[in-house]
Amino acid sequence: MAEQLDAAARQLIEVSGVAKRYAGGTLALDGINLSVAEGEFLSLLGPSGCGKSTLLRLIAGLGAPSAGSIDWPRATYDASGQPDRSIGFVFQEPTLMPWATVFDNVFLPLKLAGKTRRESEAAVIDAIEKVGLGGFVRSYPRQLSGGMRMRVSIARALVKRPKVLLMDEPFAALDEITRMRLNDDLLELWAGRGWTVLFVTHSVYESVYLSTRIAVMGARPGHIRDLIRVTAPYPRNEAFRTSPDYNEFCRITSASLRAAMAGKDSTP
Amino acid sequence: MSEDSAPISPATRVAVPVALGIVVLVLWEALVWYLAVPKFVLPAPSLIFKSLAADYPSLLVSLWITLRITLMAFFIALGCGVALAVLSAQSRIVEISIFPYAVILQVTPVVAIAPLILIWVGLDHVDRALLILATIVAFFPILSNTTLGLKSVDHNLRDLFQLYGATRWQRLRYLQLPTALPYLLGGMKISGGLALIGAVVAEFVAGSGTGAGLAWRIVESANRLNIPRMFAALILLSVLGIVIFLLMAGLQNLLLRRWHESAMQRER
Repeated sequence: MAEQLDAAARQLIEVSGVAKRYAGGTLALDGINLSVAEGEFLSLLGPSGCGKSTLLRLIAGLGAPSAGSIDWPRATYDASGQPDRSIGFVFQEPTLMPWATVFDNVFLPLKLAGKTRRESEAAVIDAIEKVGLGGFVRSYPRQLSGGMRMRVSIARALVKRPKVLLMDEPFAALDEITRMRLNDDLLELWAGRGWTVLFVTHSVYESVYLSTRIAVMGARPGHIRDLIRVTAPYPRNEAFRTSPDYNEFCRITSASLRAAMAGKDSTP
Repeated sequence: MSEDSAPISPATRVAVPVALGIVVLVLWEALVWYLAVPKFVLPAPSLIFKSLAADYPSLLVSLWITLRITLMAFFIALGCGVALAVLSAQSRIVEISIFPYAVILQVTPVVAIAPLILIWVGLDHVDRALLILATIVAFFPILSNTTLGLKSVDHNLRDLFQLYGATRWQRLRYLQLPTALPYLLGGMKISGGLALIGAVVAEFVAGSGTGAGLAWRIVESANRLNIPRMFAALILLSVLGIVIFLLMAGLQNLLLRRWHESAMQRER
C-alpha cells in the first residue's frame, strides 16, 4: 500500500476555487481547493452545516458549483462536456428501493447502463458477497437490519467497479458496534484495490481510523481549514485504535476541528 | 388498546360477522311476522330470497349489464387516469393545465351532467352515456392518487438515478411507477366502488336503453311495488360491490405484501 500513499500519485480530481451559493443566497462553500490523488482515502471532516456533503455532491456531479471548477484530469469527457467520473455513491441513508430484492437493488446501476440480468449476475453476486451478505440475495430491504441495509448500499456502489467511492456520512445513523465493524470491512475492501475513497464524516475518531488524509472543514461559509496526513500504516485494526499514535492523530485533528469551528464566528 | 391486541384468527374474522348477519336476519324475519308488516313496506328475508330465486334469470342478465358497464368504466378510468398522471409527472406545464379540469369533472355532480351526455351520445346509445358517466366518477381517485405517488419519489433515490445516467423512461419505469404503485392501488380500491356507484346512478338518471341493468330493475320494481324483487336486486348490487372490493384488496395484498408497510404482517 505504500505506493498508494505516494505523494507523487496521479491526481484524479482537481477542485479549484469552488464556491456554491444556493438560490436562497446562502453561501455554502467558498474558495475550496483540493486535489485528490488516486488510491487515497480522504475524509472530509467538519461540523454539520460546513458544506462537506455539498462538496461531495458537487464532486459527484449532483449540481454545479457557482464558481470555480471540478476537473477530472484522467477521465474522458463526453460530447456534452460531462466527465466519465466512474464513481459509486453511498448516501447517509441506505437509499434502497423497498420494492426490490437485495439482488435487484445491487443490479440497478448495471441495469441503468443497459446490461441484462444474465450478463450482470456474476458481478452482482460478487458485490453482494464482498459485503458479506451472500445469504440474503433474495431478501427485501425491510427484512434486513440497519447495518445490513448499509452493506447493500455499499455493494450497489461497488458493483460497477468504480474508481472512486464517494460516501456521505454513511455510518452516522448506525450504532457504535455496527459502525466499527463496517469501518473495518470498508478498510479491508479498500486495501490494495487501488480505489480512491472520499468519505464525509463528523467523527474525528472515524476519520483518523480510516483515512490517509483528512480535510478539516469550517463553516460560514464552508471552507477547508487544514489538510492532515495520517501517516500510520495499514492494515489498521483494534491495535491501531488503542495505540498512542492513534491518540496523537486524534488530538491533532480535534484541535484543528476546534479551531475551524471557533474560526469566523468566535464572538466571545 | 390492551384488550384489542389479542390476535384474531382468520376463521373468527369470518365467523363473527356471519353470525351477526344471521342473528339480524332471524330477528328481521321474526319481527316482520310478529308485527305483520305488509310486504310492500318491508318484506321478510325469506320472501326476498324466494323472489331472488324466482327472478334469478332476468336479475342475472341485469347483473351482467351493470357489471359490464362497471368493469369497462373502471378500466377506462384506470387507463386514462394513469396515462394523464404519467404525462403530468413529465412536465409541470401539463400538470397545471390538466388538473383544474380534472377537479371540475370531479366536483360536478354526475347527475347534473347526465342529461347533457345523453343528448350528446344520442338517445339510441344510452349504454354509452352510462359508460361515460361511470368513467367520469371513477376517474379522479386514480388520477389524483397516481399523481401524488409519482411525486413521492425518495430524493436520494432520484439523485442515485441521476448519478447513474438514467434516462427519463428508466426513471419512470424503475423508480416513479413502483413508488406510485401503493398510491395507485389505493386509488383503484376507491375507483372500483365508485365505478359501480356511477353505473347505478347513471342508470337511474339516464334510463337503461336497450338492456336493463340492476338500477333499472330497482326502479321498475319500485313502480310495481314489487318490493321483494327490489331487495333482491339490492342484494345483488351489494354482493357485486363486495366482490369488487375484495378483488382490489386481494390485488393490493398480492402486490405489496413483500415490501410495503400497509401490507406487511407484524410479528409481536
